[in-house]
Amino acid sequence: MKLPFAGAIDCDLHPAVPDVAALMPYLDDFWREHLTERYIDHSPFVLASYAQNLPQSARADWRPKQGVPGADLAALRRDALDAFGTRFAIANVLHGAVALYNADMAAALCKAVNSWIVHEWLDREPRLRASILVPPQDVELAVAEIERCAGDPRFVQVLLLVMGDRPLGHRSFWPIYRAAEQHGLPIGIHAGSTFRHAPTGSGWPSYHLEDSVLQASAFEDTLVSFLAEGVLQKFPGTKLVLMESGFAWLPTLLWRTNRSWRGVRTEVPWIDRAPAEIVRDHVRFTLQPLDVPNGDVLNRIIDHVRSDELIVFSTDYPHWQFDGEDALPDGLSDTMLRKILIDNPLATYPRLRAVAGAGEKRIPMREEMAR
Amino acid sequence: MNKPVPESETKAAQRLGFVDCDIHPVQRTPKDLYPYLEARWREHSETFGGHLCQGLSGQLSFPRMMASGMRADAYPSNGGPPGCDLELMQRQHLDLNGCDTGMMVCLSRGGMEERNLEFGAALSHAVNDWQIHDWVEKDRRLKAGIVVPQEYPEFAVREIDARAAQSEAFRQVIISPRSSEPLGRRKYWPIYEAIARNNLVLGLHPAGAPGGHSSSGTGWGTYYMQEHYTFGTSISGNVVSLITEGVFERFPNLKVALIESGFSWAPSLGWRMDKQWAHMRKETPHLKRSPSEYLREHFWFCTQPMEDPEEPAHLYDVLDWIGWDRLMFSSDYPHWDFDDPRQALSFKMTEAQRAGILRDNARALYRLS
Repeated sequence: MKLPFAGAIDCDLHPAVPDVAALMPYLDDFWREHLTERYIDHSPFVLASYAQNLPQSARADWRPKQGVPGADLAALRRDALDAFGTRFAIANVLHGAVALYNADMAAALCKAVNSWIVHEWLDREPRLRASILVPPQDVELAVAEIERCAGDPRFVQVLLLVMGDRPLGHRSFWPIYRAAEQHGLPIGIHAGSTFRHAPTGSGWPSYHLEDSVLQASAFEDTLVSFLAEGVLQKFPGTKLVLMESGFAWLPTLLWRTNRSWRGVRTEVPWIDRAPAEIVRDHVRFTLQPLDVPNGDVLNRIIDHVRSDELIVFSTDYPHWQFDGEDALPDGLSDTMLRKILIDNPLATYPRLRAVAGAGEKRIPMREEMAR
Repeated sequence: MNKPVPESETKAAQRLGFVDCDIHPVQRTPKDLYPYLEARWREHSETFGGHLCQGLSGQLSFPRMMASGMRADAYPSNGGPPGCDLELMQRQHLDLNGCDTGMMVCLSRGGMEERNLEFGAALSHAVNDWQIHDWVEKDRRLKAGIVVPQEYPEFAVREIDARAAQSEAFRQVIISPRSSEPLGRRKYWPIYEAIARNNLVLGLHPAGAPGGHSSSGTGWGTYYMQEHYTFGTSISGNVVSLITEGVFERFPNLKVALIESGFSWAPSLGWRMDKQWAHMRKETPHLKRSPSEYLREHFWFCTQPMEDPEEPAHLYDVLDWIGWDRLMFSSDYPHWDFDDPRQALSFKMTEAQRAGILRDNARALYRLS
């Protein structure tokens, strides 16, 4: 169905860097010369997970006649912001820098992307917010980039890809989570792989379709990593937002980790309560791509996870997840719609809450569950 | 089985009469296989031993939790690991719980993960002999799974044909889901052709040793808690592969039992595949139906480790989605997370539904009388 009212918060859309040339003004002299010399300034830096001609990379009517889908501010305003009556939208730039092996080059490009989004997008469109793109190859450089950007309140979260060198809960990443917590920035984990590892435990599948479907498994394994490593005990202020992850797999994860925790708790003694409770307190999921056949099933899944606070609205523009303006499933209650479109996003993002004037108004999750 | 059991236990047995789809027999020592190995491979075994894709020799890289992953009470008093003693298995499980049929899944020394293909083939052949002579012939309730090294399809096909001709006790074929390629890839199709030709079932059970890839697309976890979770996700990766590659278009009679792999993930996987496929179907023109239809038609699931919702009634939804005719009871004896057949199915269901899960679904799939 269409959105029933204006003022939604779109927690995942994708402006795209058209080419490296667009980043040149935001690179320092060394990198500008270095990239030019190596002809890397002609490279697309498109992630293989979102190769431009793949059907899901851009909806047909959102695909520009020429150039890169998502690269044009006027089109994004028209198709993604005005079309859905959006109040705020969070820009997640999926740039290929994170897939490089050279951490210094990756850091220079991430920095340029973040400066580019500020000057070319945020300064021109007050409804837009952005995630800080960090180089996961080097945690110190990632933290430095968070520190550089965090002063701008329009950066509302830190962006990581779900599949990289190792599961994201690992201690080696903790300085990123420490910095994010200090600055009130949720950790946004987005679908996509740097393909450091085969997408399955038995190697490399043949089809794009499989890569795409298996993103959900990677989110499951990542969430279990956060739980097992105790990240959310170590950094209790952390919110994780799983983006383009689907949601229907969550009941299984809660049930299986609740059960396995009872058997393995001596291995992971820092898990001090049932994993399902930790997830309900700390983890949120963007709506699109909706991985249920209809709203009735979604209502069952929401019932299974015992919380209506976990889903935040997203269009995933310009990726192809739905047609027309039907960004929502049919069959959700008015209360649920309001939560998905407005309340849950505001409860998730402190920096949006501050601007929205919604104060700290947030329904405690436990009371909700007992209802 | 020919020994008297206390009366209270006999009553329990009469009440249940179930099929257990996951029982693990194991060799007391590697020498148990020697009668079935040529001298050359006995010598190889002693001089070199196994050659796997992992950093530790003689143990798993993610050590198990309790008692090496075993029921502490399942260690035989006369030595050896749990699962090596038929008499104890009968007393502790088959007789006590009233098991009619036990499907053996032999994960130990069957050569599935062996890098030396000829050694893997020799082990496979030996383990299949051993299952018949040391188990099936001593307790007819037990059925065997033909263990074959999936990376050596040429041998696997010969072994499957020979075993199917040898004994009715072989009801399925066991290969490792931690294969070197996703199981839907062409390389493995001769194995499926042989399974279908012989009216057997493909049984997939999580394997301890990896086949050359990290347990997940995100890389190696740190804790056994993570590795344990990948038992589900690495199986679902293979389900996606088997469906997407068109294995079931090519072998429409192929049936797959997913053992110790969970089942509540299946509905969401089906929905997700359908949704993505709707946008990408031109990539897979060999698929004539939506992916979830293949999932519904060709896959069976086992109960253990039983899914454990906060609200038990939620499992009812899951069963409605995957199909009440698709779930089969399994205990995982003698492993530490053993499920008791009298307690595992604690959510409300009809007697017919319970009977389906406890025995009828497995009887239909494995053609048990």
